[in-house]
Amino acid sequence: MAIKIEIESDKIQEIINRHNSNPENLLMILQDIMEVYNYVPPEVIPVLVKELNIKPSMIYSVATFYKTISLEPRGKHIINVCTGTACHILGAEKIKSAFKEKLGIEEGQTSEDLMFSLESVRCIGCCASGPVIIVDKKIYGALNHSKALEILETYEKPLKECEA
Amino acid sequence: MTRFNSVKEFQEYRESLNTAKKKQTRKIISLCSGSSCSAYGTPGVYDELVRELKKQGLDDKFEVKLTGCHGFCEKGPIMVIHPEGIFYSQLRKEHMAEIVEKTLKNGELIKQRLFKIEATKAKVPLEKDIPFYNLQERIILGSNGIIDPASIDDYISVGGYAALEKALSEMTPVAIIDEISKSKLRGRGGGGFPTGIKWKTCAKFKGPRYIICNADEGDPGAYMDRSVLEGNPHSVLEGMIIGALAIGSEQGYVYVRHEYPLAVKNLSMAIEKANEYGLLGKNILGSDFNLDISISRGGGAFVCGESTALMSSLEGKPGRPRAKYVHTVEKGFRQGPSTLNNVETWANVPVIINKGADWYNSIGTEHSKGTKIFSLVGKVVNTGLVEVPMGTSLRKIIFDIGGGIAKKKKFKAVQTGGPSGGCIPEEFLDTKVDFDELVRLGSIMGSGGMIVMDQDTCMVEVARYFVEFLRDESCGQCNPCREGLKQMLDILTRICEGNGKDGDIELLEELGETIQKFSLCGLGTSAPNSVLSTIRYFRDEYESHIKDKKCPAGVCKPLFHYEIDENTCTGCGLCAKKCPQEAVTGKKKEPHSIDQEKCIRCGICYDSCKFNAIVIK
Repeated sequence: MAIKIEIESDKIQEIINRHNSNPENLLMILQDIMEVYNYVPPEVIPVLVKELNIKPSMIYSVATFYKTISLEPRGKHIINVCTGTACHILGAEKIKSAFKEKLGIEEGQTSEDLMFSLESVRCIGCCASGPVIIVDKKIYGALNHSKALEILETYEKPLKECEA
Repeated sequence: MTRFNSVKEFQEYRESLNTAKKKQTRKIISLCSGSSCSAYGTPGVYDELVRELKKQGLDDKFEVKLTGCHGFCEKGPIMVIHPEGIFYSQLRKEHMAEIVEKTLKNGELIKQRLFKIEATKAKVPLEKDIPFYNLQERIILGSNGIIDPASIDDYISVGGYAALEKALSEMTPVAIIDEISKSKLRGRGGGGFPTGIKWKTCAKFKGPRYIICNADEGDPGAYMDRSVLEGNPHSVLEGMIIGALAIGSEQGYVYVRHEYPLAVKNLSMAIEKANEYGLLGKNILGSDFNLDISISRGGGAFVCGESTALMSSLEGKPGRPRAKYVHTVEKGFRQGPSTLNNVETWANVPVIINKGADWYNSIGTEHSKGTKIFSLVGKVVNTGLVEVPMGTSLRKIIFDIGGGIAKKKKFKAVQTGGPSGGCIPEEFLDTKVDFDELVRLGSIMGSGGMIVMDQDTCMVEVARYFVEFLRDESCGQCNPCREGLKQMLDILTRICEGNGKDGDIELLEELGETIQKFSLCGLGTSAPNSVLSTIRYFRDEYESHIKDKKCPAGVCKPLFHYEIDENTCTGCGLCAKKCPQEAVTGKKKEPHSIDQEKCIRCGICYDSCKFNAIVIK
């Protein structure tokens, strides 16, 4: 998906300053950029190269190594299905396939309207409440097929209203 | 708040806190706000409780305290009314008006909210009488239910930082290390390396030394470190400060998972407060000891739990492990001598300094001292965090504390030690859990994950799941791990899809042994454990997948189908109503049947049938 976005350089600079322009904090800087854009836009990479005095290859190396960093744009809402062992045993796969079917996307993909991205996370430590999903930052526990889809609806509705 | 400039000033402050506490007339209501309870709705319950107390004019008699994880996550949200210790669970905000009116105002118990022992149907009003709690020994988790993790004063008033006072005023660094060595504390992250030896070796090397807390709890199914950090972050900090004093370090790091936002938040708050009080920073409690602790957030890479990978990640690089010809205690973070311990290990340090190594040695087995926190999850009735002395049997943990298997199903295996561990079958349930015993069974204690599996769990599929996890998480540097795991996964997937061949089991064993012997780091050397242990104990399940093309547990979709047992089916029609494919048909009150062409084996009918009439064939 080729989306051009305007980079708010003040915001990026503020993130870099917060981490003392220290290249040792590169991963956290990328995570904070993710908080703003939901991904790391290619446009910020030259800024990081200059401000942190590191090579672009180092940034790509770190960005592709860690699962919490994405170089691709993601949806407005990020659905993370926990696939930790406890959730797996309690039926996480069934929850995941419910979302796949409903949204018509595979794991790691974003719906065409850019509303939802479907991802999986290896355990968020809510193992007693499994299967668990996290939508944006909210955790939902003790799910089954139909409860999962009900949750999805609550995210769809307000947006439809917005469009109207 | 001013900084405390001496141990004496600080002790006086604790006394003043305790005097104030004695004068406090308001009763305390603890409400669990750990991640699990919060997911079940603590925030809404809290707001409603506070509103209701105000409405009924009781807000000057009760104080609601949001505490860390109580451990009984299954029953969340949990409330404990002090000083009696009345335990209410599975609360909803609609319950608050009644609780305030009946229990808080009139002192009546509300039966529906009390804990019920499944076997006897007996209701248990008090927290201390619930088997889940009273069979545990909570020396690390104990304070979680009574202190507000956001309040350093709460921690101080229950004796927090007293171990640091002792270490600063009465002990030399050598004496601290000796005490830890004498306690025989071993690393709780899974390695089981003696902490005292680690500290002693690190202190020998020159240069700026670093102390690091490993809070990259990557084992899926384990969350004890998260709960300690969320519920009692100061206990971890206190352990680290004492460790830094002993080793001679002025810079510490906590490497914590980005996926644990509440732990990051509570820990950040704790560090800030400790700095404010003079427990961190320059001249700690007026001494010449300085220490800064920073947080580094991990990026969701399981391999970063390995020490060299974690240190590489701390340096801002990809977390790739290196061969340990030179140990990290000599050359670790920034090539300096570094001591890395797990969250739970650090939290044990203040306890040992306070109560002494002799006391600590009285708990546990010959070579594994103290307690261990397990996260007991999966198909067990009472899921949650369980802290027991080392050497407690699997049976006691799973059946006495955990209440046995849910939904009257049959126990099949318990998986210990996360993806690097193995599955242990029923015949070994009386094994005493410690660092060494589980290794003998082909598993490990690891960091304390304990996942219970029942008759509906397919052991081949579980092995496949772990190998897939590890293949994804392999850093890819060394051949045996990168290529070997991929091959193992291909074979296991093939078996689960019904295309297993003769010789596959032997090939898996051969591959597994090679990966174990020749991988670079602990991820690889332990990766085949789940496969090898399931082959060792559940070879028949592999064989029925390969030879009979059947999945006895009904998990591998191409290898089973559902049928309705005519004699058991009551014709209630629930399955037909729930089936998304409209594959179930039948007349009311007459046995139904499943159209195998339409059935997608989603299992909704199987899960919903109240009469166990749907069977796996």
